[in-house]
Amino acid sequence: MRYSETGINLEIDLTRGNIEKVETDPKDTELFLGGQGTAAKIIFERVPADCDAFSPDNLLIFSAGLLHATPVPAANRVAVNTISPQTNLMAHSLMGGFFGPEMKHAGYDKIILRGKAPKLSYIYINNDTVEIRDAAHLAGKGCTETGDLLKKELKDDKVQVVAIGLAGENRVYTASMDHGHSSAARGPGPVMGDKKIKAIAVRGTKDINIASPKELFEICTAVHKKIAQSDGCGDWMAVDEDDSFHHNNFAWGNARTRRRGFWSDELEERWKNLKYDHMDRQTSCYNCPKKCRNVIKWPGKKRFGYKCYGKDTYHMAAFKELDFTYEILGIAQEYGLDSYSTPQVFAFAVELYEAGILTDKDLPDFPEDSGDRFFYLMEKVVRREGIGDILADGVWHAARKIGNGAEKYDHNTTKKFEQLPIKLGKLNPPYFLMIATGEKMAITQIEGSFPQDPLPTMEERRKFIEQWEAVPDDRFIKYFMEWEKRNDISNEASCAITDWNEAMHYIDDSIGLCGFVSSFRGQFAGEGGIGFHMNNIPEILTLATGINFDRAKLWKCFQRIRNLVRAVNNKRGLRREHERPPEDHWAVRDEDFEQNLLDDYYAFKGWTKEGIPAKETLEYLDLDFVSREFIKTGILTGEEKVPPPVTTVNNPPEIEEEAAA
Amino acid sequence: MMPDKKTKIIKEIKVNINNCTGCRSCEMACSAFHAVPKYSSINPNRARIRVFMDELRDQYVPIRAGGYIQAECNGRNLYVIDEKEYSECAFCPASCPSRDYFKEPDSGLPLKCDMCEDYPPLEKPMCVDACKFEALTYEEREEEVLIDDTGHHDMEAAFKLLVKRYGKKKVMETFSRMSGE
Repeated sequence: MRYSETGINLEIDLTRGNIEKVETDPKDTELFLGGQGTAAKIIFERVPADCDAFSPDNLLIFSAGLLHATPVPAANRVAVNTISPQTNLMAHSLMGGFFGPEMKHAGYDKIILRGKAPKLSYIYINNDTVEIRDAAHLAGKGCTETGDLLKKELKDDKVQVVAIGLAGENRVYTASMDHGHSSAARGPGPVMGDKKIKAIAVRGTKDINIASPKELFEICTAVHKKIAQSDGCGDWMAVDEDDSFHHNNFAWGNARTRRRGFWSDELEERWKNLKYDHMDRQTSCYNCPKKCRNVIKWPGKKRFGYKCYGKDTYHMAAFKELDFTYEILGIAQEYGLDSYSTPQVFAFAVELYEAGILTDKDLPDFPEDSGDRFFYLMEKVVRREGIGDILADGVWHAARKIGNGAEKYDHNTTKKFEQLPIKLGKLNPPYFLMIATGEKMAITQIEGSFPQDPLPTMEERRKFIEQWEAVPDDRFIKYFMEWEKRNDISNEASCAITDWNEAMHYIDDSIGLCGFVSSFRGQFAGEGGIGFHMNNIPEILTLATGINFDRAKLWKCFQRIRNLVRAVNNKRGLRREHERPPEDHWAVRDEDFEQNLLDDYYAFKGWTKEGIPAKETLEYLDLDFVSREFIKTGILTGEEKVPPPVTTVNNPPEIEEEAAA
Repeated sequence: MMPDKKTKIIKEIKVNINNCTGCRSCEMACSAFHAVPKYSSINPNRARIRVFMDELRDQYVPIRAGGYIQAECNGRNLYVIDEKEYSECAFCPASCPSRDYFKEPDSGLPLKCDMCEDYPPLEKPMCVDACKFEALTYEEREEEVLIDDTGHHDMEAAFKLLVKRYGKKKVMETFSRMSGE
């Protein structure tokens, strides 16, 4: 019997219309958990190194997390993985809502799409019934509009729908896919459009077996209650109206201008009223006692939802105020555009126009007002009309296609992907490592476990560590106690901190937990506590799956998945030279220091000087199939002789003794 | 003969639709409690409370399973509350043929809320306990009710049913025959 998972993947060949239900190997669950972990294995094994994102051989994988459809609260984030046309690397994308648990109840851990449908189609899954249906009538429809139409068409208001909008249909690289007011960005939207799949509608009524149901339910009831009561969980931006942090510190426009002192009490009051005068309510994802999404009804516009920093990106890129974001966000969401990267593309185009690199010939009748310009650009981009066809490929590609000095204006991408618009003074070593080597494309998908700033006095530090429940190893306590200045931190500590930050995200994204109650929140102590961390996830996993997990074993799962994702990208050409944060991310840079730090991090990870997991590392992590392929294809010689990775988290001695006995 | 008056505890779940966030924790907790063995399965499709949800129209209505009815209604009302339209079904607790709410997914048998009757009794029903936003709150109040232990009420109900099925005449004939026996 399989616990906490269905043990079945739904494999759909869109070219041939072939649908198969394939039993998965339980051993993979123990090694790669599920979600993004098992998806990485499938991509490594099945997507060839030279496979283009828009090749029929590219896979588009929707993975429910290992803990979806169990009583574990806030387990609802679906991982969507594919090869991204923008980066030509593995796309890492997540969405909240209800889709993952519904997939599991329908009987599937994953939906794996390959090939291309001959015409625009949607996939209808109702337990064992799986059909590829015509979607001609949905062409050009908005994302949530499509969900609504399908619920009516299928006469089932409980069906869960994920859909692309016009942007995805036209393979805009910054297209997202949307499921109600949740969306998955960073790569899979255009691939879904390329495969001519407008939407997937899923409905399921089956049970998921739990290995130790009563014990798990008891723990989950307690965690649910704790999350509900804790100020340390959920999205503070849903309730805290003081958003001076982003507005005073992040760079506006095309990641260009810091506006220190922009925020004021008057502004806060005005924006607060703007929000609450138009907000219907705040909503939650499945089985989560937090309400992070703000649902806004703006006059004359479709109702839309946003969370977190998503409310700032458009107006900050356009040098406008919150009302502008409310004007544009609902429309952008119906088109299915990622609200993190897209505004940067528009701001980039505006800069090029002001610099004379794009002219009235490229942008006929280009309006004067920056807000009007954003609407103008949006219409061009989602239709790939005129200059929109070039801008639709994102800043990095567009800069190179436009040429004529445009490359200079691409100053905020890493690995061809738009980064958060942050420009700071002094280099922060762990952040250097996270941005340089991050394979999740955005810093917000890597940071969160170790505090971002030191505390000034020893007394405050002592008080902090007493309540620091997420900390997985004493070495992090030592680093924190000795930490005086933000940027002054040893290489050893930077490597270990980066490693821990990564660990929590790689685990969350495989078991399906939301970062707001887990990986983003380890950095806090007290405040009511956090939902999940290295010290309680192993027990929860054991009770759910019936597989014995302990901290050491779970940590090794993280290392394995991290290395496998890296291997997918190494296979596609990712090397040391690509691991560079934007040159102006920090004003003060020191190339020698950075390269030295990168050396230390690679060594810590058991990687070669080129950032490739070495044979010894791969074998230590049971990834022999990767090392065999790498040696065969010449990516590794096998003679690199790199010591295996440093493992910071082990079991407490009593567990080790027990295991030995 | 007049029936006696007695006090009875009325259990009430109050639903505040403005407070509902659509998390569906109530569905999860309900299905866990009613699973056999208890907590062995978490499946909202077996829950006796469902959140009627429409993100586009901002409708979030937790509804609790009531009785089973054989036929669907032959007309529907539409309610407008705070400029939002709610169909009559949004508030209806019936397990009926017009939608698949409150039916066991395997057998199709109707489900009905039992306020989590248990021994020892729970402090409050599971769905209320799971709701962290006070969309669901629980109240118990004492009410004086007429307690009819004469049996008249039950018999009347039985006769009404028989009359409906066989007609007054046949029932009276049968009753006369029985009284003569």
